[in-house]
Amino acid sequence: MHDLRERAKKALNKKAAIGKDIDLSKYRMETNPHKSGLADICETDLLSAGIIPSGQGRSGSYIQEDHSVTHCNITQDGVEILSIGDALKKYDWLKDYWWKALEVDTDKYTAFTELQPHQGYFMRVEAGKKTLYPLQACLYMEEEGVLQSVHNIVIAEEGAEMNIITGCTTASSLHSGLHLGVSEFYVKKGAKVTFTMIHNWKEDVAVRPRTGVVVEEGGVFISNYVSMKPVKDLQTFPTAYLNGDNAVARFSSILVAPEGSYLDTGARVYLRGRGSRSEIISRTISSGGTIIARGHLIGDAEDIKAHLECQGLILTERGIIHAIPELEGHLSGVDMSHEAAVGKIAQEEIEYLMARGLSEEEATATIVRGFLNVEIEGLPSELKREIDRAIAESEKDLF
Amino acid sequence: MLIMENVSVEVAGREILHDINLEVKPGETHVLFGPNGTGKTTLLMTIMGFSGYNITRGKISFNGEDITHKSLYERARMGIGMSFQRPPTIRGLKTRQLVALCARMKKDPDELAKRLNFTNFLDRDVNSNLSGGEIKKSELLQLMAQDPSLVLLDEPESGVDLENIALVGEVIAELLDKTIKHFDEPMIEHKKKRKKSGIIITHTGFIMRYVKADVGHVLLNGRLSCASNPEEIFACVGKFGYEECVRCMI
Repeated sequence: MHDLRERAKKALNKKAAIGKDIDLSKYRMETNPHKSGLADICETDLLSAGIIPSGQGRSGSYIQEDHSVTHCNITQDGVEILSIGDALKKYDWLKDYWWKALEVDTDKYTAFTELQPHQGYFMRVEAGKKTLYPLQACLYMEEEGVLQSVHNIVIAEEGAEMNIITGCTTASSLHSGLHLGVSEFYVKKGAKVTFTMIHNWKEDVAVRPRTGVVVEEGGVFISNYVSMKPVKDLQTFPTAYLNGDNAVARFSSILVAPEGSYLDTGARVYLRGRGSRSEIISRTISSGGTIIARGHLIGDAEDIKAHLECQGLILTERGIIHAIPELEGHLSGVDMSHEAAVGKIAQEEIEYLMARGLSEEEATATIVRGFLNVEIEGLPSELKREIDRAIAESEKDLF
Repeated sequence: MLIMENVSVEVAGREILHDINLEVKPGETHVLFGPNGTGKTTLLMTIMGFSGYNITRGKISFNGEDITHKSLYERARMGIGMSFQRPPTIRGLKTRQLVALCARMKKDPDELAKRLNFTNFLDRDVNSNLSGGEIKKSELLQLMAQDPSLVLLDEPESGVDLENIALVGEVIAELLDKTIKHFDEPMIEHKKKRKKSGIIITHTGFIMRYVKADVGHVLLNGRLSCASNPEEIFACVGKFGYEECVRCMI
């Protein structure tokens, strides 16, 4: 641990490889430790990020406000949710997972999170166990100008299955803040993790999640990411390592950038296990903002199959969608492909629907709704409902 | 029902249709013949009101109202419907949803699909990976939901296999109210009540076995010629070709 801190200190001024550099000192480091818990949080803020305040229909909940853990409970045997602080005290072995899915000195944000962590969650499902309902985690930012840095660790033991919904959102009164989130996922042999993240930020919030995923033999990691509300500056590029044979990683994102929003997102997957598979799919819409949609697939084993798909729509006269798909094959037995398309809605499609009696606005909305309707194989119906709800919610702002 | 008076149409700056005069009365079905590239689809697209089909002269009216400058969807809501030859794929929009939208939620897509043996396709994206014949069925399904009073059909039988052609023909006859539902009703009464009209483009004439047309036209080089018995025109074209067929009228 000492060594990690030393490396972090050296990296405190290290700019990130991608994204605008953020001056951490501009944000509020101290917050009021006495949070009143859920009572003070607007229920619709939570619901719009997929979080159910009552915890009904969830196997466990974790809620953190600024730097304080205000709620942490579990209702199922074999499933654990703890604050990362408590988990580190409880399990000595947790240090074997600490900064193993990504490097502590990746950049100033990972370094800062190591040196000044503000909690985060620990979730674990025992071998062979399954979460009956999704686990939910909410990282909530409340005080104006707050810097929230969390370190999360998720472990699915052999043959375990877990569904997680994380909602990140802010108080209605908050305008600016910085969220740093380090997340490490360990998907053991034959385990499956479905991770659905709904981001619901504000016009002046900056976000720098840093995520590493390690998948063992036959393990499956599915990430669904939805961000449809304005956000000033978000940059994330999660990396998955498919180390075991026949491991699977699928990243799907649904992103909307209104005017003034800047989203630089994507995923990188190293396919190292024989027969491993990966898919990175994004549906992006600019209604005046900027989206950089990245995808990087590295095929480094026999019989791997990987596909990348970036589809972008620019709805307003001006708006930027920059698709950067990268394929890297390191040997002959790889099967990798990508398709990317950016443009406006085809007039032909709009008029086709108008010929059926839909007005131009109705036709456009119908096409956009279809465009965002990404079919995610194996997505539990309750997660699909959350995503659909987030889309329906944001649609109101689009037209 | 539909009256076109001296209508000329430009597409991409080039005049495609010249001085078209056409009247379709309530209850009438017209058939449009003509070689490829002569402007038949352009005529239907113009009536429907698609952008890019600029009416440079003349007037179109529908049920007594001037629709020359009305938008596409206004015309659709007034009761004009069209089946397309090569409709676009709409990703993520399910055929079931579109049929429900066409019916303005008044009809059950599943019920309508049963009539066309199309139930298995309801959960597919609109026009995604459909064969030629399946596209025709999908188009008809939408029209059944929409229930227009003027039906524009662009080669409704092309690409449809022999097994399905009768079904497609029967459904079109139903759309045009051409089926005789009550045996006790005198034919003359049925015809009087019939209000649905249609314009059908056909090359093969197959569709005429199922839908009895009232008037036939030949469109040649953007000019509408002839207006007579469709069977006769079809026989004449088959024997002597379009040029010769039109000559008798000039």
